[in-house]
Amino acid sequence: MSKLQNTTKRDLLALGGCAVIYAIFQGLIGFGVIGPFWELNLILIGINIILAVSLNLITGFAGQFSIGHAGFMAIGAYLGAVATVKFQLPFIAAILVGAGAAGLLGFLIGLPTLRLSGDYLAIATLGLGEIIRISILNTPYLGGATGLMGIPRYTTFTWTFLAVIVTIFFIKNFVNSSHGRACISVRENEIAAEAMGIDTTKYKVMAFTIGAAFAGVAGALFSHYFYIAHPASFTFMKSFDILTMTVLGGLGSITGSITAAILLTFISAALASYPEWRMVVYSLMLIILMIYRPQGLFGNKELSLKLFGRLTGGKKRDVA
Amino acid sequence: MTLLKVNNMSKMFGGLKAVSNFTMEIAAGELIGLIGPNGAGKTTAFNLLTGVYEPTTGEIEFDGQNVIGLKPYEINQRGIARTFQNIRLFSELSVIDNVKIAYHSHVKYNLVESILRIGRYHGEEAEIEEKAERFLEIFKLADKKDEISKNLPYGEQRRLEIARALAAQPKLLLLDEPAAGMNPQETHKLMDMIRWIKDEFKLTILLIEHDMSLVMGVCERIYVLDYGTIIAQGTPQEIKNNPRVIEAYLGEEVH
Repeated sequence: MSKLQNTTKRDLLALGGCAVIYAIFQGLIGFGVIGPFWELNLILIGINIILAVSLNLITGFAGQFSIGHAGFMAIGAYLGAVATVKFQLPFIAAILVGAGAAGLLGFLIGLPTLRLSGDYLAIATLGLGEIIRISILNTPYLGGATGLMGIPRYTTFTWTFLAVIVTIFFIKNFVNSSHGRACISVRENEIAAEAMGIDTTKYKVMAFTIGAAFAGVAGALFSHYFYIAHPASFTFMKSFDILTMTVLGGLGSITGSITAAILLTFISAALASYPEWRMVVYSLMLIILMIYRPQGLFGNKELSLKLFGRLTGGKKRDVA
Repeated sequence: MTLLKVNNMSKMFGGLKAVSNFTMEIAAGELIGLIGPNGAGKTTAFNLLTGVYEPTTGEIEFDGQNVIGLKPYEINQRGIARTFQNIRLFSELSVIDNVKIAYHSHVKYNLVESILRIGRYHGEEAEIEEKAERFLEIFKLADKKDEISKNLPYGEQRRLEIARALAAQPKLLLLDEPAAGMNPQETHKLMDMIRWIKDEFKLTILLIEHDMSLVMGVCERIYVLDYGTIIAQGTPQEIKNNPRVIEAYLGEEVH
């Protein structure tokens, strides 16, 4: 019993750590140490963390290879924007609408497509992402090819940070529960999972729905920072970007996804003045990683609180 | 009391009759063996009983209820658990997580409780942890609970698979060649363990086995399957002397 109460204690400790990190960054932004360029990248890091961690739930934990994550992000971005632009709803409602719509779509699409496995599922999700994008492109109500404009800039560092924390805690607690173990067992051996009383379809769809909903949150944050939601932001290249982060960090490692999202966003920001080199560096990193660490930076291990505490003196965004 | 009643079950794969006219009745508390030459259809019969395949014809009644058409997970929840001929552990997970997953259908806390870690979450997780540890102790795997299961030696992987099946709290346990790949000593230990778990957990067991010493040693009754059909049934003694069984295994006498 006491061991389990400890997990709650560790959660609270981790939350405290997050508050400290938040205070530091918010302070740095307030005093102008972090200028607009790096504030933009901080927010991008946050959005990418949400995307990478939520895709990790689908691909890393439940083992369903999905490359249509940008599609769900687009749903969140557009429908969130519709909520604020067309209906003048507050930002929190936009985030919830984005999450709900993306989650609902994930559920509806997950039911038929998750019967497929491996390569077939990957192709289906790839197509799905494109269908979403093309549908938006041809919907005048959503702005069509010019994009949906005039979106108020509601996304701040605070909102982003809060969303990141909610995402991480939600998914971390999920995978450490019996429901999460059911998802992991599907990844490990679907036949055995089914024979052990686990409704594999239900848990695949559950992981897919939750993952899609958080992609929707990331989308809403995204469109409310850049004033515009444009179909070109959600091509399959974006899906690959997210997949790259998830694989780089390690499938089945939340801390891995976080680290990879920070690392890759940082690299692409640092290479902002040499855009032609960005993809070269990206690709090289992936090739090197796949040769020397095919399981990703952290494999399926989590950076533990103890280890993390020892290395950095108390920073924590970890997993119990 | 009859626990499992199979009547005239058959399964066609295209034109191939993998199992035909399979009839079997098992009473609660029995320990039954299912033997037969390679390719006789034993594993197919298991797959039919556990819902992996749906029978082409016939009836399966478990605990008084028809189970045909149910999905494997539903059949497991009704109380039939199994092991596999080629071990199917959750190989990248720790030993204890393998057992914990089998508890899943008995978990009552919902999604919200697990995300917010409120309500029944802590109590039930503690209970699962405790029960899983107790199971590992019974199967002498307690000191390896954090080991990744694929790193266990073969015999221990087999034991873990049985432990996992039992954790689902079944009434009927199906063991598909539990002694495969074991040496005579290990087989002997396994025999003792099978007898012991049957009494301890008040189980009914149906096992497929090639190792005759094990089958003859532990089973109370034996069914013999050949070319998908039950050709004989009876006590080990009767089976040993049954000419049809000898024929199926050794071939016909030359006249």
